[in-house]
Amino acid sequence: MSETTVGTVSRIAGSFVTAKHMTGSRMFELAKVGEAGIIGEIIRLEGDVAVIQAYEETEGLKLGEKVFGTGKPLSVELGPGLIGQIFDGVQRPLTVISDTFGPLIQRGVEAPALDRKKKWYFQPKMKKGIKAIGGDLLGIVQETPLVKHGIIVPPNVGGVVEDICSEGDYTIADPIAEIRTAEGVKRLFLMHTWPVRRPRPYKAMLPLTMPLLSGQRIIDSFFPVAKGGIAAITGGFGTGKTVVLQTLAIWIDADIVIYIGCGERGNEMADVLERFSKLKITRLDQPLMSRTIFVANVSNMPIVAREASIYTGITLAEYYRDMGYNVAVMADSTSRWAEALREISGRLEEMPGEEGYPAYLASRLAEFYARAGHVQSIGSEEREGSITVLAAISPPGGDFSEPVTTNTLRLAKVFWALDFALAHRRHFPAINWFMSYSEYLHMLEPWFTNVERDWQKLSEEARTLLKEEEELREIVALIGAEILGDKQRSIFEAAKMLKEYFLLQNAFHPVDSYCPIDKTYRMLRTLLKFYKKTKTAIDSGVSLTKILSLSVREELSRLKTIPSKEFNEANLELNREMDEQFEKLISEASGSEST
Amino acid sequence: MSSIANAGLKFFTVKEITGPLLLCESVTGVSYGEVVRVLTPTGDEQNGQVIDTSDKVTVIQVFEGTSGLNVDATAVRFTGETIKLPVSMDMLGRMFTGSGKPADGGPDIIPEDYLDVHAATINPYSRAHPSKFIQTGVSVIDGLNTLLLGQKLPLLSGTGLPHKLLASQIVRQAKVVGEEEGFTIVFAAMGITGDEVKFFRDDFLKMGAMSRVVMFVNLAEDPAIERILTPRLALTTAEYLAFEQNLNVLVILVDMTNYCEALREISAALREIPGRRGYPGYMYTDLATIYERAGIIRGQKGSVTQMPILTMPDDDVTHPIADLTSYITEGQIILDRGMAKRGIYPPINPLPCLSRLMDKGIGPNKTRGDHKQLSDQLYYAYSEGKIVQGTAMVSGEKALTNTDKLYLKFLERFEKEFISQSFDENRDIEETLNIGWSLLSILPETELTRIDPAIIKEYHPHYKQLSSG
Repeated sequence: MSETTVGTVSRIAGSFVTAKHMTGSRMFELAKVGEAGIIGEIIRLEGDVAVIQAYEETEGLKLGEKVFGTGKPLSVELGPGLIGQIFDGVQRPLTVISDTFGPLIQRGVEAPALDRKKKWYFQPKMKKGIKAIGGDLLGIVQETPLVKHGIIVPPNVGGVVEDICSEGDYTIADPIAEIRTAEGVKRLFLMHTWPVRRPRPYKAMLPLTMPLLSGQRIIDSFFPVAKGGIAAITGGFGTGKTVVLQTLAIWIDADIVIYIGCGERGNEMADVLERFSKLKITRLDQPLMSRTIFVANVSNMPIVAREASIYTGITLAEYYRDMGYNVAVMADSTSRWAEALREISGRLEEMPGEEGYPAYLASRLAEFYARAGHVQSIGSEEREGSITVLAAISPPGGDFSEPVTTNTLRLAKVFWALDFALAHRRHFPAINWFMSYSEYLHMLEPWFTNVERDWQKLSEEARTLLKEEEELREIVALIGAEILGDKQRSIFEAAKMLKEYFLLQNAFHPVDSYCPIDKTYRMLRTLLKFYKKTKTAIDSGVSLTKILSLSVREELSRLKTIPSKEFNEANLELNREMDEQFEKLISEASGSEST
Repeated sequence: MSSIANAGLKFFTVKEITGPLLLCESVTGVSYGEVVRVLTPTGDEQNGQVIDTSDKVTVIQVFEGTSGLNVDATAVRFTGETIKLPVSMDMLGRMFTGSGKPADGGPDIIPEDYLDVHAATINPYSRAHPSKFIQTGVSVIDGLNTLLLGQKLPLLSGTGLPHKLLASQIVRQAKVVGEEEGFTIVFAAMGITGDEVKFFRDDFLKMGAMSRVVMFVNLAEDPAIERILTPRLALTTAEYLAFEQNLNVLVILVDMTNYCEALREISAALREIPGRRGYPGYMYTDLATIYERAGIIRGQKGSVTQMPILTMPDDDVTHPIADLTSYITEGQIILDRGMAKRGIYPPINPLPCLSRLMDKGIGPNKTRGDHKQLSDQLYYAYSEGKIVQGTAMVSGEKALTNTDKLYLKFLERFEKEFISQSFDENRDIEETLNIGWSLLSILPETELTRIDPAIIKEYHPHYKQLSSG
């Protein structure tokens, strides 16, 4: 349907507009509704009647107003200038809208996603006369200090390069190359568009072999996620999903981070925007925003744009993946996306499935998560990139048996289960060590073994200790603590130390917020060594009380706040002291026995 | 179908009346969300709004309810306008009905502006993040779940619990430290009783604060459907006072449960597919359009702080109303029946409570350098105390270690000295934090793992005595 073909509004109910005389329209085509030009997407066609879900408020729209089809599906602009931006769910730049139209998002405001006037310094990498295919590198633009933006031939284009511009400054509206395709000569720009609901192609899916390190001890040591993997973080309100995701967005060792705020709080988005704009990636000494893109569709923005937001986000991710980057996508929260889906389905009077969600919830989730992965990118050159999806789920009433959680867990290989009980005692991250899991442990083993030979053993020992403590606690609850011997008490003490000194991590502490992987393992090793020595000492007749009053114990609690530069030395010193102090205790004990 | 030229005239085209909804024949040019005047058979005029319109039928929700209407003699008139609220500074000190008419016998206000009651969304990029501490004078809030200017923090309560008392204490005591001017209060009552409204009104009068209060009142006996409008009128007023008149506004919405019931009623009348417990699937989004209307805009002086109050059916915090509210708001203060029974006021169990924004508004130059860590440690200790209490109940005191016993002692004194305070006791933040330290001193210092040694040395009563002695 072309812009000239006109339908008329025949029903308005909330953000759903029905239009008749829409002959020639296609599913998921964008339409402009009414004088206000409200943008919407066609989501149902019956004869010449189309149901359009509007991305904006429909209040004031009248029956009989005209509807124009655009002939195009919802697409995003892909090109330099994405990094550091804050978009809404349909890629409107919120910064530009704020500067141009003021603090409120009034209806009908429009601004192009990418700045049309900004000049980018383009260095060509392609020569005339070469036969290029989708994904081939035309040239490079240094988008931010961290991001070399590869200008690639769009996936669906291929042919002989007839012309390529020379090195210099260009806007995204300036043509930079011409390609002779089967359909004739096509001009290429620094930017191209791509429909959000269509996954961008890749050559091959590759196995996951690298961890995406987070600097969070419990995650990196117990439940790591792989580059190209999927992790679900689930918990009732107040368990700290958002804080974990934000912390990961700051520290995770991805090249590009795309943070989708899907139906969440405005103040929270304001906080994360403000914080991120001030923070630096310490290891690279570059501003955090120089690798970050925000898609912010807060809870009181139209739900239809909320539904679109995760597709917008993942399409941006695919674009950078195609350049060979490792991209992390944080989606907070997919439950709000699913609710938008439910709301839309309800308005369409579709037959509901479980808890009112549409029957296709599972397949939509599967389609979305299928866009994660470690791939060989398209193009003649060998390039690998990955998309890791870290998705928050907010189950109603904290009940993990609800459809969004259960359907996601069938796809996600890492489950970080947040726990009310831990959150209530302000143990953060409140990741429950019994319920959570990572199916990547096995695949990542070779990598971790390279870092730390006995990595798996350490991690298992720690988890066994926590399990033992749990079992013992159940027994104690029945028969009381007085029957416990020192050896059993030491399990309690060691587990407590593990929780307090290791698993507990303060996301807002200057040092503790990020723990490098080698520090994580050295800490764990030192703590477990203390436990082992405790057991040996008790066997040699030392009382637990004496062990607990050792000065090293106090020092163990401060390990996490030692900056990583000084850590190795401090840790060695601590280990030496530990040996000495235990030796002294044991010799005293054996001394007193012999007298 | 009638012609658009007739819009604005009377029509006797009502086809069906169902629950709070009135279905009538469509007129070309009817707009979605348009205000409709409904003329009752007795000649009264009521207000309605178009919530669905198609070539065949237009659905109108009637805010004053449909009782007394009939199909034959009821007329509707389309106004061509969406719902706008006349606003002015003269609203201060006044009381209005749940649909915005004067309810105190006073005259209509002379509007300075007409504002759309469905405000446009604040661009998240234009928001300033809340960072100013509001001292409520209530220890368990200030110390452990600090309220900030521009935050939305609900009180989740149950029937018969003293949330009114607590709300009025907060309204009376709340102040932004370092700012002269107090809060302007916008109060919206939805479906509460006349004497509850009187309680608040008397309280405002007693404080001599009535000149800083705007009230919108929909009583229990008023039409339920009107409640859909009430919070939106209140928030439109609040936004006017905050962002046009540069005031710090505190909005009290009570009781959001009644609002949600009204939402369910309309949804049922529309025969929509119900979500959890019969509430509509869009309740999250709908509540978000209310709760999200709090905050601060960068570069502007005023602020809207929200304290919605709701009574959880059967004290169930997983009930959809409480659950969705807590997912949208920035934390929650939960009133606890068990504590109320033991005579503790305010009966707030801190464990499930949360203020998500707290960290941004506390610390050096805001409250005190030890605030965050002290609060974390108190949380940990109280939760540990609860576990010990559980063990003691099952296996008796014999099951407890010496440290356990200290935690038990901490628990008892914490409830008595920190949580408990009287209805008119206004504790400043220093006092609140100092009580916290005196309680922590019950425990051995090695237990204070959440606090940096330097902070312990600076604030722990043990060291203070040393340095003063």
